[in-house]
Amino acid sequence: MESNKLSRVDYIFRPESNRIDLIKKIMSKDKDDFILELIDSGLKGRGGAGFLTGLKWKLAKEAQGDKKYVICNADEGEPGTFKDREILDRVAGKVLTGMALCGYIVGANEGFIYLRAEYRFLAPKLQQMMDAMNQELKTAGLDFTLALRFGSGAYVCGEETALIESMEGKRGEPRNKPPFPVTDGYLGKPTVVNNVETFVNTVIIAEIGYQEYKKLGTDSSRGMKLFSISGDCAKEGIFELELGMSLADFVEEFGDGDTKAVQVGGASGFCVPRKKFKETIIGFEGIPTGGSMKIFNSSRSMYNVLHNYLDFFQEESCGQCTPCRVGCQQLLKGIMAVKRRERPATYLDELVKLAETMRYASKCGLGQSVGNAFVSIVENFREEIVY
Amino acid sequence: MINLTINNIPVTVEEGTTILAAARKLNIRIPTLCYHEDLCIAGNCRVCVVEQVGMRTLQASCAVPVRENMQILTNSMKVRQARKNIIELLLSEHNADCTKCYKNGNCELQDLANEYRTGNQMYLDLVPEKHFTIDQSSPSIMKDDSKCIRCQRCVRTCAELQGVNALAVANKGHEMKISSFYDKPMHEVVCTNCGQCINRCPTGALVERNYLDEVWNAIYDPSKHVAVQTAPAVRVALGEELGFDPGERVTGKMVAALRRLGFNSVLDTDFTADLTIMEEGTELLTRLKKALVDNDEKVAIPMTTSCSPGWIKFIEHTFPEYLPNVSTCKSPQQMFGALVKTYYAQRKNINPKDIVSVSIMPCTAKKYEAQRPEMRDSGYQDVDYVLTTRELAIMIKQAGIEFMKLEDEEYDRFMGDSTGAAVIFGATGGVMEAALRTAWEIVTGKEVPFENLNITPVRGMEGIKEASVTIAGTKPEWSFLEGVELKCAIAHGLANARELMQAVKDGKAVYHFIEVMACPGGCLGGGGQPIPTNPEIRQKRAEAIYAEDEGMPIRKSHENPEVAQIYQEFLGEPLGHKSHELLHTHYKARKRY
Repeated sequence: MESNKLSRVDYIFRPESNRIDLIKKIMSKDKDDFILELIDSGLKGRGGAGFLTGLKWKLAKEAQGDKKYVICNADEGEPGTFKDREILDRVAGKVLTGMALCGYIVGANEGFIYLRAEYRFLAPKLQQMMDAMNQELKTAGLDFTLALRFGSGAYVCGEETALIESMEGKRGEPRNKPPFPVTDGYLGKPTVVNNVETFVNTVIIAEIGYQEYKKLGTDSSRGMKLFSISGDCAKEGIFELELGMSLADFVEEFGDGDTKAVQVGGASGFCVPRKKFKETIIGFEGIPTGGSMKIFNSSRSMYNVLHNYLDFFQEESCGQCTPCRVGCQQLLKGIMAVKRRERPATYLDELVKLAETMRYASKCGLGQSVGNAFVSIVENFREEIVY
Repeated sequence: MINLTINNIPVTVEEGTTILAAARKLNIRIPTLCYHEDLCIAGNCRVCVVEQVGMRTLQASCAVPVRENMQILTNSMKVRQARKNIIELLLSEHNADCTKCYKNGNCELQDLANEYRTGNQMYLDLVPEKHFTIDQSSPSIMKDDSKCIRCQRCVRTCAELQGVNALAVANKGHEMKISSFYDKPMHEVVCTNCGQCINRCPTGALVERNYLDEVWNAIYDPSKHVAVQTAPAVRVALGEELGFDPGERVTGKMVAALRRLGFNSVLDTDFTADLTIMEEGTELLTRLKKALVDNDEKVAIPMTTSCSPGWIKFIEHTFPEYLPNVSTCKSPQQMFGALVKTYYAQRKNINPKDIVSVSIMPCTAKKYEAQRPEMRDSGYQDVDYVLTTRELAIMIKQAGIEFMKLEDEEYDRFMGDSTGAAVIFGATGGVMEAALRTAWEIVTGKEVPFENLNITPVRGMEGIKEASVTIAGTKPEWSFLEGVELKCAIAHGLANARELMQAVKDGKAVYHFIEVMACPGGCLGGGGQPIPTNPEIRQKRAEAIYAEDEGMPIRKSHENPEVAQIYQEFLGEPLGHKSHELLHTHYKARKRY
């Protein structure tokens, strides 16, 4: 396992090459060849779940449907993540290009950016770029048009099927899976939903070739990733790093010298305590992240951190499934009761079991990941929860 | 076909089968809460989760279709732990005041709590901090959010089966709840009072507004004459509440029980169902004459039935421009109410103010209907109290009557006569069939041209049925109908009614006569019927209704001797002056919001 992977790279924000030339280059290739290259590149979805992007496109291409859709998930809502905003602000053209490529490959002729409500300020510029892009694509002979759709502020709508429900004008609640969006997505048609950064990565692969791309990262985590770094840090902001670094190296570079814990992957991610920094790899072989890295120093109360996350989840659960809706409330009320001595410290063990149930039995990724922060904080900082 | 194993037992099922259905095939019961045979899959309660070997997460068995070589475990350690936790979570959010709950003993959550021996509450009680209030605004439905487990069966019922959307999900996370438009009280929204939500609520969150005490008090009051009428569909379902299997006809026992409960007269809504046919059939023929002979452009065709109060409230809200098309006939319940305090009172020499008129209905919308301000043509509220089939069963149990051992008894001899035509009012298509049996004979002098009077094209559980019959061999006074193809349509369940009316509105469908029943299957699947009601049970009740019809000596409304008598002695003729006064009504356009 390599552990000195902390190298900064600059692919994502590098100026775009001529997008129409790139699209034409891909259009001159066999679609299946490009899919194979994409699979071979090892690119996994940058939203956090890490599904092989090439495989997703392959499934959507093979799916039967008179219409197909491409959706860019720009509902960046994970606490501590702000990299998609930056991408859309600085290199939105790459996102649009990635969507067009996807549309060409899977056979979709409509693409939507589902934009987080709070990012509305980006809309005028995006709309302008889309209008121009639609023209360019028409000229280039690609039947693909782009349009904007808006979220309304619900965190759960970042979950792809809730996002689709929301786009269809319904209440943003995750669907039962299977079927998955690649066969039954927007309006019941095959749909690719990818994160903003993922589309940019596909463009990078198209530009530099999958072999060059594969040189970045590790076996399980190919490529680079944007990290949104916040909290008690020496340097904060957005950094593009190769995947596969150790958390120790990361903290060395970005921490303030007094780092107690890092929350990797936002509220739905894991809390890693100092003693585990060395052994923790950031990537799909270790702890994956959609980009959020929150650094806590010794002045922080982990009880408050956990309270804050649970408060967030009890609010942002869509509320449809029992484990998530009631579970979030019980976890929050539970740690409060322990803190107030209304329940014994051993009640935390019951809550850990409950968190496991939520992980197994919740309907979507939201409920399934509440237990990540809960269990990792309670196990590593139990005394801070109790006393 | 797909091969899989469930708890290591191999099973082969058709592609598309859910894990839940495959397990049922092996007689393995997986508990469910949000699942209901009538509704789309929600997969949100998570009680039915099972383990699929090799998968990290558990699968909702109601939602996940089987795949080849799947290995399913329904009772593994992981499953049991999760299921128990989930039931405990639901209980922590539920006002588990079971012994004081109206649904005590018929609650799916209570059953699960019992099965899993949840015992002393493990999690914190979340109910007190939420400050729930009970919505008692509706005369039909009570909504108590403190007992709601958010399974959304009611929401799916209201949206999918009924197309009404009075109930919907509001808010998210810990504040998520089932609400009405702008959180208004139930009586101020588009609710049709059909009670289908009640019938599908697994807990006591939605229950009928019960009038048990009021009825008991009337019975105990020696100065009151308490007259009870029973709707056709009650007799084929009441047994389910009292130990019989679905589909058992308990007419005679029900009559006996009502006498033992202390009702002074035990009468049959069937009598006014027959009367409805006389009035409504004549109304249809009159409208047809105006349209075909007088070329009166104002006459509203198609004419729709008016027996179902859920349908009436629905059309008032949803298609108010079609109110002139609705037959002006009151429902059989309300005709009965108006006659009990006039005709019956006169004949029995009872002061109508001393009569308390009670009806036993498969329906919750009838409770609302009885309280409509226009339903006071006798000079009093025509029907004082409406009880559902379920409430009657409660009364029978309270009175200590051993229902199964009762000897059959007959209805009173006055306003107790019935025909097969009246009985089939309880099933979808029944009013249409009854009307055709009579109208055909009025027009042609002969019986309807169907074997044994069974007009099978209008029967069955299809959502929208169409039938047409070409009129031939008319009597001279009806010759204008000779060769006319009479087109009929039947819808049950308000979502189907909406579809049908929309087709009419869009000019895509042309009919003369439309029957609509608000509830799936017609009254036999009414919101006041025993819980559970599902497709299989509705089918059994329908079979019972048609068997009851076949067994009746008289099967045509116009041959009911009491009907002839009331026209002779009291009403004069169908659509006559007295009829208009007592048996007909008008409707009111209502807004959606």
